[in-house]
Amino acid sequence: MSTQPATGSSHDGPAINVIQLHKSFGDLEVLKGIDFQVDFGEVVCVIGPSGSGKSTLLRCVNRLEEPTSGTIEIEGVDITDQDIDLNLVRRHIGMVFQQFNLFPHLSVLRNLTIAQKRVLKRDQSEAEDVARTNLEKVGLLDKIEAYPNHLSGGQQQRVAIARALSMDPDMMLFDEVTSALDPELVGEVLSVMRNLADEGMTMMVVTHEMGFAREVADRVVFMDGGVVVEEGPPNQLLENPQEDRTKSFLSMVL
Amino acid sequence: MSSHTFERSGALSKRQQERLSRGALYVLLIAVATVFVLVPDWANIQEKFANVEIIQRMFPDVVTIAAKNTVLYTFTSFVFGLVLGLVLALMKMSSVRPYRWIATSYIELLRGLPALVTIILIGFGLPITLGINIPGGTLGKATVGLGLVAAAYMAETIRAGIEAVPKGQMEAARSLGMSHFWAMTSIIIPQAFRIIIPPLTNELVLLIKDTSLLFVLGTTPVTKELTKFGRDLMSNTFNGTPLLVIAVMYLLITLPLTRAVAALEVRSARAR
Repeated sequence: MSTQPATGSSHDGPAINVIQLHKSFGDLEVLKGIDFQVDFGEVVCVIGPSGSGKSTLLRCVNRLEEPTSGTIEIEGVDITDQDIDLNLVRRHIGMVFQQFNLFPHLSVLRNLTIAQKRVLKRDQSEAEDVARTNLEKVGLLDKIEAYPNHLSGGQQQRVAIARALSMDPDMMLFDEVTSALDPELVGEVLSVMRNLADEGMTMMVVTHEMGFAREVADRVVFMDGGVVVEEGPPNQLLENPQEDRTKSFLSMVL
Repeated sequence: MSSHTFERSGALSKRQQERLSRGALYVLLIAVATVFVLVPDWANIQEKFANVEIIQRMFPDVVTIAAKNTVLYTFTSFVFGLVLGLVLALMKMSSVRPYRWIATSYIELLRGLPALVTIILIGFGLPITLGINIPGGTLGKATVGLGLVAAAYMAETIRAGIEAVPKGQMEAARSLGMSHFWAMTSIIIPQAFRIIIPPLTNELVLLIKDTSLLFVLGTTPVTKELTKFGRDLMSNTFNGTPLLVIAVMYLLITLPLTRAVAALEVRSARAR
């Protein structure tokens, strides 16, 4: 691992360091010069109205979206460099999606082992051991043989978290992971994320769950109109916002 | 009593009129059936189309040679077409523009031509003009000739299937560090094929029927498929029975498949 770029062990700076990031879709500029950091072991929640660019920012961090300009450093390595091996970078960044995106043609076990075997070249028994450990962590070891469409939304999302964890990522990206869930299923997913945070996982969480942000985040970032409007510790930003735009957003969601 | 504006004023009620017109339809049907039964010379027709002696003479060869070859040619050209069709589908979605042009031209060309022309080109055109002989005798020529045509149709089906897989599947695979190649082969294409099993089975049924075009290849007694087998025997016997027998053989092969397609479509509709 130490010979590969983008590993956490040898880097002292932030895990994620975004500098002057711009992103346009055609004529529409979605990100207008974002500066954004996440330190190792830090949990950062990104909040803001829909269309504020928060999901686009998150998707730029593992280059599912191509930045228009600016720099994104993951563990000190500039991943906007066109010569970078993106597949290598992405091994270190776990991602969980709003729509779960489990592979419906594969059992839960194979959802968790397929990338371990293809990407990390682990053998079947090692990949299975890792899968079991992570399924146990999300409380779904008994569903190991099930297929995704036989699981509830909350269970599917917990499997998706276990799938990302099975790659032993240095950091995790969460893209509105509870927005597609029925209200009664939100809690089980948030509690898995809370446990992850307690273990010291580096996390970037785009969310509408203000309660989660208040309790779990080390820092909350408020975005609006493609810029970072304000950021700070959760109690400061959520209880005592300085900017008018933050105040009016919070007055609508709290 | 002018308040009952919906009631007709004629002698027959609505229900009586319906009963009358339904009765008329049955009378017509019985009349036509009577003519159909009485007018033709049924003994002669049975002699010319259901001759027991000729039926007995056709077995077992109609199964062990003719039907076997029809199934064999269908299978090999289906596999050939599926592989080439997948390549064409991927070319059509390529980011390299010339690949897209080549695939589009191929698909348009081969779908626009009668299959018979392609089979003649492979069977006779290439050997006569350029000395290119497809190896494998009749089987080789049949596989390539029909497979080239089938690939053009299947390419469009496969492409539609791949595009029907949600975008998030590719994103999830890539976010786990999988290369584009691994994501396609182990995540996207397996799901695409599930989606297109019903249309691909339809393709298979069309292909079974198209094997009848292979008669132009000038098949030998052991390489005849059903149509050539039946036609040759009809010429020898001046009797239509062979046609009736091979028609039944075709239906024995195609009907279970079309029923299976219908069942698969119901099942996949329910899964959504």
